[in-house]
Amino acid sequence: MNISSSYFSGRLTLFLSGELDHHEARGLLGSIDDLIEEFMPRECVLELSGLSFMDSSGIAVIVRSAEKMRLLRGRLSIENPSAQVMRVLEAAGIERLVPVTSGNMGGLL
Amino acid sequence: MKEQNYIKLEFLSRSANEAFARAAAAAFASQLDPNMEELGDIRTAVSEAVTNAIVHAYPDSIGRISMRLRILEGQLLEISIRDWGRGIENVEQAMKPLYTTGGQERSGMGFTIMSSFMDKLRVRSAPGKGTTVVMQRAICPRVGSR
Ligand SMILES: Nc1ncnc2c1ncn2[C@@H]1O[C@H](COP(=O)(O)OP(=O)(O)O)[C@@H](O)[C@H]1O
Ligand SMILES: [Mg+2]
Repeated sequence: MNISSSYFSGRLTLFLSGELDHHEARGLLGSIDDLIEEFMPRECVLELSGLSFMDSSGIAVIVRSAEKMRLLRGRLSIENPSAQVMRVLEAAGIERLVPVTSGNMGGLL
Repeated sequence: MKEQNYIKLEFLSRSANEAFARAAAAAFASQLDPNMEELGDIRTAVSEAVTNAIVHAYPDSIGRISMRLRILEGQLLEISIRDWGRGIENVEQAMKPLYTTGGQERSGMGFTIMSSFMDKLRVRSAPGKGTTVVMQRAICPRVGSR
């Protein structure tokens, strides 16, 4: 699993790729924490078009990241999940907590 | 019910084996010609059950996990994941959404995802002896194939 980032005027976009499971989750959460602390964004976007698999370990990562953004008085959102990832997000009811959108060009405008 | 094919795998409760287990399950299931959604559901449910055995059954040790997949009459895929770990005191409570003993790193949504992605989910567990999770999913025959 891999993470890369771009930052523009208060908006931090994190591009996740590969497979997100329990084996990868702890390292990923550490990376996300570090990037949020480095940029202190108002908005953090998890861009998931490159993520080919995610299970409920990813749900924990999303929930923790959303809590972190809320503590900083910012917000987290999710963009472009694949069909498999979307099914997991829906089954976990994540949309009540974090907005999910599709069809954006990776937040690059 | 008549068994048409099966595989049985055994592996250690190391987290690197999560990806292996779901890939192996998907490869075996592919002989039923599942669509993308069915294949994704199988990979996800296997990942949840195997992760539970790794994280919860053997919290401070490395133990044995066995995974059996069977194809039963009527394009029915049955997945059994078994461990010989610490077991579950109260299965009904453990299966409730958001219930977790795993702290900040878990979401408590594993069983919820398994039961919503599979047609049947049965959990048998005895404290100190281990846990067996059995799941079934019927794979729809695809129009125009074979
Ligand atoms: N194989 C297992 N051995 C022991 N306990 C388990 C096992 N599987 C699940 N559990 C218990 O059931 C709870 C709920 O599991 P689950 O719904 O997958 O959520 P999570 O894994 O996020 O905690 C776990 O926190 C754990 O207490
Ligand atoms: Mg779990």
